[in-house]
Amino acid sequence: MSDEKQQVSRRQFLNYTLTGVGGFMAAGLLISPIRMAIDPVLKESSAGDMANVGLSVDDITAEPQRIDWTIDQVDGWYESEVNRAAWVYRNENDEIVAFSPVCKHLGCVVSWEGSDQHPNEYFCPCHDGRYYKDGTNVPGTPPLAPLDEYEQEVRDGMLFLGEPKPRGEA
Amino acid sequence: MLQKIYDWIDDRIDITPIWRDIADHEVPEHVNPAHHFSAFVYCFGGLTFFVVVIQILSGMFLTMYYVPDIENAWKSVYYLQTEVAHGQIVRGMHHWGASVVIVMLLLHTLRVFFQGAYKKPRELNWMVGVLIFFVMLGLGFTGYLLPWDNKAYFATQVGLEIAEQVPFIGQELKTLLAGDATIVGAQTLTRFFAIHVFFLPGALFALLAIHFILIRRQGISGPL
Repeated sequence: MSDEKQQVSRRQFLNYTLTGVGGFMAAGLLISPIRMAIDPVLKESSAGDMANVGLSVDDITAEPQRIDWTIDQVDGWYESEVNRAAWVYRNENDEIVAFSPVCKHLGCVVSWEGSDQHPNEYFCPCHDGRYYKDGTNVPGTPPLAPLDEYEQEVRDGMLFLGEPKPRGEA
Repeated sequence: MLQKIYDWIDDRIDITPIWRDIADHEVPEHVNPAHHFSAFVYCFGGLTFFVVVIQILSGMFLTMYYVPDIENAWKSVYYLQTEVAHGQIVRGMHHWGASVVIVMLLLHTLRVFFQGAYKKPRELNWMVGVLIFFVMLGLGFTGYLLPWDNKAYFATQVGLEIAEQVPFIGQELKTLLAGDATIVGAQTLTRFFAIHVFFLPGALFALLAIHFILIRRQGISGPL
């Protein structure tokens, strides 16, 4: 090997060329399948449609009430109606609040005053998770975050709900 | 970095002889297109294998979206074609590749036939090759039904009627393929799907392994 410059040996050159061409072919082969496989991650979510939950704002009181409604869900090639539920009440500032009933611990369904021992709280029967009326988790119980809040809107005196969002994002 | 990882593994389990055995072998002058350009005919076997690899890869990815069910098969294919990015390309690879495999396979067969490369001691490998050909045709036939469109449905009906013409066991053979004596439907589709993605590929891998081991054992046939 000469002193002034590093020579590339015939073997090295062939190795680089073959690896390069092979890599190029493999990449060309795999790029479409991989793009197709990761499509769900890159797809823009079609969510954001507000649904009329069939509740007049005049009927919302300081006492949380459970409401059930259905939304049209498009899941790939499959369209169906799925059930949604929320606990809705009017807080002390006269604002409407709609909580998702899904427990922030492991995803069971919470109920308002679901346990006789814990009045004035949301209660999750799975692991005795509890939340105060404003959705904040009771310290020392399994949940580590407050209940999610639905995006909401009032149109013509009716309540419309969107997607449940963690507190502070709704 | 890569060299270090390789050395670390090689140090412990001595993998160099393993891959040397697989990758390092003489390419005789008469099969090297750099010496005689006409030697490109020796590429058809390798090209067949290359397209088979494309088929396996694209097929694996297609099953992420496809459902073998008469209610949803066509819808899922339509969704894949129209809504999923690059879905059209991947299905295109599988669709066109299926034909290219058959073309390459025939060219490979013709080369072996006209060079007399199938003669003693390589008769066994010719037989294995013929079995691979049948498996490929089976893959093509079963895959044709899966999109569950009109062409797929009626082509399969014709195919099943051909199977019915087999003497003595025709009726049973047809029922076995279709999953029902008269209906081409839900059970036919699941059966064809299972055959297409599990049974035939399994048979194909085994046969390809034998095919390749035999080539390495016997070497490439000599010059004409």
